[in-house]
Amino acid sequence: MKNILLICRKEMRSYFASPIAYAVLALFAFLFGGMVFYPTVRELVRMGPQAQMQGQPINLNDMVIRPLLGFASTISLFLLPLITMRLFAEEKRSGTMELLLTSPVRDIEIILGKWIGAMLLYLSVLAMSALNLSFLFIWGKPDWKPVLVAYLGLILQGGCLLAIGAFISSLTKNQIVAGGATFFVCLILWLLSWFTAFDSSLASQVVNYLSIVTHFENFSKGVLDLKDIVFYLSMIFFALFITSRSMESLRWRS
Amino acid sequence: MIKVEGLTKRYARTVAVDNISFEVEKGQIVGFLGPNGAGKTTTMRVLTCFLPPTSGTANVAGFDVIENPLEVKKRIGYLPETPPLYPEMEVSEYLTFVGKLKGISSADIKSKVDDVTGKCSLGDVRNKLIGKLSKGYRQRVGIAQAIIHNPEVLILDEPTSGLDPKQIIEIRDLLRALAGDHTIILSTHILSEVEHSCERVIIISQGRLVAIDSVANLTNRLRGSEAVAVEVESAAGQPPPGDVQLRLEQVPGVSRVVAKEPKDGRLLFEVESLQGRHIRADLARTVVQAGWNLNELRSVGLSLEDIFLQLTTAEKSTAEKKDEPKAESKAEKKAAEGDKK
Repeated sequence: MKNILLICRKEMRSYFASPIAYAVLALFAFLFGGMVFYPTVRELVRMGPQAQMQGQPINLNDMVIRPLLGFASTISLFLLPLITMRLFAEEKRSGTMELLLTSPVRDIEIILGKWIGAMLLYLSVLAMSALNLSFLFIWGKPDWKPVLVAYLGLILQGGCLLAIGAFISSLTKNQIVAGGATFFVCLILWLLSWFTAFDSSLASQVVNYLSIVTHFENFSKGVLDLKDIVFYLSMIFFALFITSRSMESLRWRS
Repeated sequence: MIKVEGLTKRYARTVAVDNISFEVEKGQIVGFLGPNGAGKTTTMRVLTCFLPPTSGTANVAGFDVIENPLEVKKRIGYLPETPPLYPEMEVSEYLTFVGKLKGISSADIKSKVDDVTGKCSLGDVRNKLIGKLSKGYRQRVGIAQAIIHNPEVLILDEPTSGLDPKQIIEIRDLLRALAGDHTIILSTHILSEVEHSCERVIIISQGRLVAIDSVANLTNRLRGSEAVAVEVESAAGQPPPGDVQLRLEQVPGVSRVVAKEPKDGRLLFEVESLQGRHIRADLARTVVQAGWNLNELRSVGLSLEDIFLQLTTAEKSTAEKKDEPKAESKAEKKAAEGDKK
């Protein structure tokens, strides 16, 4: 446990000592705040009084927050490769992997430390979106419970993709390759969720079930389904497990 | 302290280490010598639990590297070929991280870091980013990282590479100070390095153990033989070179005669003696009695470099042509190894 925290802190230090953390945060702030949140709120301000007068006030949860967090999910899909690409690839390239693997720590402690470090950066990204949403809570009265559920969904989905990204990063010495491959996987997941949405064949149902993105939909509606939670947790476990296998193979192959 | 038996490490197509066995006792400094690609680094990586052996066992400080890697790792300090550094960290921050990683408690960590920065003379740069340091400083940070937790066994892969002569001497002194309660294995291809700091030498070549002995024994044994350059000329034209070589080989105590390029009708040979034999007088007599002119008789002397080359290339040449002296020196080595066991 002590070792996990130690490695996690080292990861956080590396993120914030390099431009990566700031690039990710700035990119998210721009895309989410500037490209999504601001136009939505502007529209809301314009439409709001009108709707009020017609006797059908706008439901902030359904009409504003839900699509906003949907966007947050999509944006983070494309930012996560930036977070995970260096996790293992960098250590392998610079030879520090040899230090970690010859220190009295277990492989799983290294992996968990790194994954939690990446999670913390991802959480700070999410915290920025929460900062934006807090304005809606100041000026309006949205229900906060579905928002929390949606954030839980974002965290689980992110955790899943980070674990997959960590696995891909453990396969190569090259950060660009790791980042590119993770980005590709995220892209495919995103596209699949589009394609299978209008198809009801068995194959697309299976793909749909396995897609990390589609499981987020229930969360975004504020529905807490055990099925989805179990899916995400088992995906995280599986991805971290194959990462540990990949670390072990490093010893046999290198 | 370290016991390696029948260690073999095979990669996909190549055999990096082939059936190596040796033992290192507590408190010794052992030099690991060999040409590039001989298997030094691979052996070290097995000892540090970074790579598992294909077959054979390695035992460090009483723990097996496969069965008890965590216990082994706690007891070793390891400096890989390229020091494992995080360029974005400051020196003291890095040493703190590694120290904690090696299991030093938070209460002790500060004094340990201070201690080790002093030992490796890193005081001036302790608050600098590692990425900004010169090669020599990085190497020293690498050494500091290996000794921070005061390990029983130190494994250093070319510890003095990239250091200037003054720093090399400092590191040597440091290593000598550490020996005694630490067991140190260091690999190098700088031979004077071994002469200065090691008590015993393990020479490997092409994955095989070629020699294992104390430095003094090794140099004595091999320096005991002398090498003599002989220049022979005949008044009546060139004597048949094969004839001269045969005669020289027949001189008692000669182990090997190498013919060199002849120069203006003068024949040049390099003659090596068996160990402990003085052959110059006999050589001179033989040449003169045969009616040739002896132009020059000069002692060449074997340097440690020659010894090293002789040992590491011996295997190839015995395989190619079964010449006696080599076989003999090999048998000697075997005997020496046998003694050790």
